[in-house]
Amino acid sequence: MNFSEVFKLSSLLCKFSPDGKYLASCVQYRLVVRDASTLQICQLYACLDQIQHIEWSADSLFILCALYKRGLVQVWSLEQPEWHCKIDEGSAGLVASCWSPDGRHILNTTEFHLRITVWSLCTKSVSYIKYPKACQQGITFTRDGRYLALAERRDCKDYVSILVCSDWQLLRHFDTDTQDLAGIEWAPNGCVLAAWDSCLEYKILLYSLDGRLLSTFCAYEWSLGIKSVAWSPSSQFLAVGSYDGKVRILNHVTWKMITEFGHPATINNPKIVVYKEAEKSPPLVLGRLAFPPPRAAAGPLSSTESEYEVASVPVSLQTLKPAADRANPRIGIGALAFSPDNCFLATRSDSVPTAVWIWDIQKLRLLAVLEQLSAVRCFQWDPRQARLAICTGGGKVYLWSPAGCVSVQVPGEGDFQVLSVCWHLSGDSLALLSKDHFCLCFLETEQGVGTAFGQRGDHM
Amino acid sequence: MGDWMTVTDPESKYISQYTSETKMSPSSLYSQQVLCSSIPLSKNVHSFFSAFCTEENIEQSISYLDQELTTFGFPSLYEESKGKETKRGLNIVAVLNCMNELLVLQRKNLLAQENVETQNLKLGSDMDHLQNCYAKLKEQLETSRREMIGLQERDRQLQCKNRNLHQLLKNEKDEVQKLQNIIASRATQYNHDMKRKEREYNKLKERLHQLVMNKKDKKIAMEVLNYVGRADGKRGSWRTGKTEARNEDEMYKILLNDYEYRQKQILMENAELKKVLQQMKKEMISLLSPQKQKPRERADDSTGTVISDIEEDAGELSRESTWDLSCETVREQLTNSIRKQWRILKSHVEKLDNQVSKVHLEGFNDEDVISRQDHEQETEKLELEIQQCKEMIKTQQQLLQQQLATACDDDTASLLRDCYLLEEKERLKEEWSLFKEQKKNFEKERRSFTEAAIRLGLERKAFEEERASWLKQQFLNMTTFDHQNSENVKLFSAFSGSSDWDNPTVHSRPRQKKPHGAPSGSPVCTSKLTKSLPASPSTSDFCQTRSCVSEYSSISVLNTTPEESKPNQVGRECTNQKWSVASRPDSQEGCCSGCSSTHADAHIEKDDLP
Repeated sequence: MNFSEVFKLSSLLCKFSPDGKYLASCVQYRLVVRDASTLQICQLYACLDQIQHIEWSADSLFILCALYKRGLVQVWSLEQPEWHCKIDEGSAGLVASCWSPDGRHILNTTEFHLRITVWSLCTKSVSYIKYPKACQQGITFTRDGRYLALAERRDCKDYVSILVCSDWQLLRHFDTDTQDLAGIEWAPNGCVLAAWDSCLEYKILLYSLDGRLLSTFCAYEWSLGIKSVAWSPSSQFLAVGSYDGKVRILNHVTWKMITEFGHPATINNPKIVVYKEAEKSPPLVLGRLAFPPPRAAAGPLSSTESEYEVASVPVSLQTLKPAADRANPRIGIGALAFSPDNCFLATRSDSVPTAVWIWDIQKLRLLAVLEQLSAVRCFQWDPRQARLAICTGGGKVYLWSPAGCVSVQVPGEGDFQVLSVCWHLSGDSLALLSKDHFCLCFLETEQGVGTAFGQRGDHM
Repeated sequence: MGDWMTVTDPESKYISQYTSETKMSPSSLYSQQVLCSSIPLSKNVHSFFSAFCTEENIEQSISYLDQELTTFGFPSLYEESKGKETKRGLNIVAVLNCMNELLVLQRKNLLAQENVETQNLKLGSDMDHLQNCYAKLKEQLETSRREMIGLQERDRQLQCKNRNLHQLLKNEKDEVQKLQNIIASRATQYNHDMKRKEREYNKLKERLHQLVMNKKDKKIAMEVLNYVGRADGKRGSWRTGKTEARNEDEMYKILLNDYEYRQKQILMENAELKKVLQQMKKEMISLLSPQKQKPRERADDSTGTVISDIEEDAGELSRESTWDLSCETVREQLTNSIRKQWRILKSHVEKLDNQVSKVHLEGFNDEDVISRQDHEQETEKLELEIQQCKEMIKTQQQLLQQQLATACDDDTASLLRDCYLLEEKERLKEEWSLFKEQKKNFEKERRSFTEAAIRLGLERKAFEEERASWLKQQFLNMTTFDHQNSENVKLFSAFSGSSDWDNPTVHSRPRQKKPHGAPSGSPVCTSKLTKSLPASPSTSDFCQTRSCVSEYSSISVLNTTPEESKPNQVGRECTNQKWSVASRPDSQEGCCSGCSSTHADAHIEKDDLP
C-alpha cells in the first residue's frame, strides 16, 4: 500500500472524474485538476469566490463549481481551458446545483426552493420547474440518464414528476400517498421508484416508471420511521434502515419483506466474526524515557498504533444513550450501502456509532462486526469488489474484505485526520480527505492484495 | 346389677312400711345401714352386732332377726311349730344357712360395688378426657373462627383494593382515551396549521417569485464563451405531440424490456428447477426400483400401486417433450408423482433407520465389512455425482447456446451473462475439475499399488528361491527331520529346535521381510493388495514367518553374545524407521512414493547387511 504526498484541500471537495482519468480538488477559490495516476496538475482554474460544491459532468469534460454564497455557478472545460461559463442566479439565490446526466444541462435550485432552473450549455434556452419540494432527496436521475424524478409539493400534497431528460418533457405526474415526502430514489435498473415518508411515519411506496403504484410497505406505526434507504446494485433488494435500529430488506418480486436485520448491542453467535480495533502500545524501552516526556511523544492519540483483534463472543458493543428530549435522536440506521457485487450490506447504527455491521446477503445473516475505537465517519465500498473502506476521523483508514480486515496508518508528519474517503472507479486507489489536506492511497494489484490480506494473521 | 336394683326397690318400700309398723330398735337403723354401707363400716358393724345382742335380749334379737330375715325372704330361723302353744325353737341349720347366704350376698355386693367403683373411675376419666377434648375443640373453633374473620377481613380489603385498581384502570383508560383524543385533535390542528402555514408560505413564495423573477433581473443570466454541442452530437428537437408519443413509446419499451428480462430469468430458474426435479425423480426411481420386488412379495397394497405408478412415470420420463409443457396437468402429474415417490423414499429411509438402530442394538459385529461397503457406496455416489454434473453441464451449455442464439441485442446478453446460472455453471465446472483431479489421483494410487504388488511378487519369488536353497542346505545338514511335515512347520521346528544356530545371514533375513509384511497391517493397503495380488497366501506366509521370527529372535538374542546381537538391533531399528515414514498417509502420492522408496531401501539394506 503506497501513499502519495499530501495536497492542500478545502471543504472536503475532491472528486475523481467519472472516467477515472482525473482528480479535481478545491483550495479556497482555486480548482485543481490532476492526473489521477501521476497526480501532476493538468489544469488550474480560478473561481470568483470560495468554492462550495463541485461536480464532474458525466462525460468528464466539464466541471461545475457552485458558489452558493454568491449565487453563482462556474463551469470549466477540460478540453478547452479558455472556455468558461458563468451562471448567475441573481437575487433568487442558490442552494443546490447539479448536472443533468447528459452533461449539457445544469439544474440549479434557488433559495427557498422557489424553482429549479435548467440551464442548457448547448442552446440559450432556460427551463424552469416550479414547486420543487425541499426535502432530503428530491431529485433523482435514472442510472441510464433518461429520466428525472422530482419530488414536488403543491396544495399541501406531495407529487412526483417524471421528466424525460432529453427534452425536459413531463412524462408522468402523480400524487404520492405520503404525509411529508422525504426522499425518492430510482432503482438501478430505472424501472422502479422508491418514495418514502418523513421520519414521523414509516411508509415506503414503490412506483413503476409509468406511475403505477406497485406496492407500499409499512413496518410499524406511531414511532419514528425511515432513516435511510438503499437499493442493491442488481435492483433486486431494497434495504430500509429505520429508527428502531433495524434494516428491512424488500424483494423485487413481491415487494414484501424478506428479512429483518436487528442491530443488538451484544453479539452471542460464535459464527459472527467481531473485529475489534485495539490500541497497540509501542514497546517500552526502559531507561530511555525522559522524565518530562517530549512534546512529540505526548502527541495526539491518532499517532498510536492500532490493530484489529478478533474478539471472542459474546461481545457487547458500546452504545450511546440517546437524549430523548432532543430532536433527531442518535438512534436508528444512519447509513447503509450494498457492495457492488450485491453480496454484502454494510450498515451503521447511530446508537452504536463505533461499529460497522457487515451482512451476508446470500445467506441473509450477520457476517462480521467491526468495532472501531472512535465513531465511524463514513464508509464506502470499492466499486469493483467486495472491499469496504472506513474512516473514523483519525489518522487511519480501515479496509474490510471477506478475507479479513486491516487498519493502515496514513504516513507523514503531522496529524492527518481522515474525515472522508473516495474510491477511484477502478478500485486501485483511494482518496483520503482531511479538513484541509488530501492524499491518495494506492492499493496493490490483485496478487499484492492477496498477500496483504494473507497477513491478517499478524493483525489479529 | 340391674337385677339387684329392681330387687332392692320393693324391699326398701317394704322396709319403710315394716319399720313404721314395728317398734324400732335402736339397732334397726344399723341393720339398714349395713345393707347400704360400704366396706369401711364393716368393723363398726361387728361392734354394733356385739352390742346388738346381749345375754338378756337373745330371744328378742333372734325374733327380730327372724322377722327381718323373713321380711327379706329368708326362711324362718325358727323350727316349724308343731303347735301354736308350743314355743318355737331356734333352727340352727336355718340360721347357718341364712348366715351363709348373707355372707354370699355380702361378697356379691362387695364385688358389685367394686365393679361399680372401677366403672365409675373409668367413666370419670372418660369424662375428663371428653372434657379436655371439648375444651380443645372449643379452642380450635375459636381460633378458626378468628382466622375466618381475619380472612374475611383480608378478602374484604383485597376486594376493596381490586375495586380501587379497577377504578384506577378505568381512570387510566379514560386518560389514555383522553390523551389519544388530545393527540388526534392536536395532530389535526397541527396538520391544519401546517396547511395554513404552507399555504401562506406558498403565497409568500409566489409573491417572492414574482418579485424576484419578474423584475427582469439583469443578474439572472448565463455567460458562455460559446455554446457547446450536445453530447450525442444531435441537434435539439422541437417539442411536438410526436415527441411526447415517442417518449411514451420509449418508456413502455424500457418497461417491457425489464419485464422480459425478468420473465427470462424466471423461466431460466424454472427450467433449472424442473431439471433438478427431473433429476431427483430419476434418482428416486433408480433408488427405489431395486426394492420394488420386495414390497410386492410382501403384498403391500399401497406401495405396490405406487410402484406401478412409478413405472408409468418412468415411461413418461422417456418422453422429454412432456417436460417442456408447463400446462397444469403436467405440473399436477409431476407434483403428484414426486410426492408419492417422496413418501416411498421416506418410508424406506425410516425402515433403514430402524434397521440401523437394530444393528446398533445387536452390536458392531463386523466393522471391516461395513467399512468396505461404505467405501463402495461412496465410490458409487461419486460416480453418480459425476454423471449428474456432466448432465447438468450439458444442459446448461445447451441453454446457454439457446440463449445466445435468442439474445439479439447486446444489452440483454451482457445482462444475462452475469446471471447466476453462469455462476452455477462455473461452480459445477470447478467441481468437475475437482472430481477429475480426484479420479486422477485415484488412478495414480492404483497404479502405484499395482507396481508395489508386482515388486512384492518379485520379491516373494526371490525370497521363495532363497528359502528353497536354504531349505535344501538345511535338509542336507539335518538328516533327522520329519519329511512329512509342511514347510512352515519345518521352518518353525528348524528355528526353534536349533538353539546353537550360528548363521547370521539367516538371522537377519526374515527380519528384513518385516517392512514388506508390515504394510498388510494398514487397511487401505490390504484391500488393494488383495485385489491386485491373487497370491494372497504369500502375505499369510509372511505373517507366519514373522511370528516365527519374533519368537526366534528372542531366543537368538538370549543365546548370542552382545557383539553378535548388535548389528541385528541396528538393522531392525533401521527398518522400523523406514516403516514409520512410509505409513504416514499425508498425501496419497507421497505415501505411494514413500512406499516404493522403502521397498527399494529394503532391497539395498538386505544386500548390505551381513
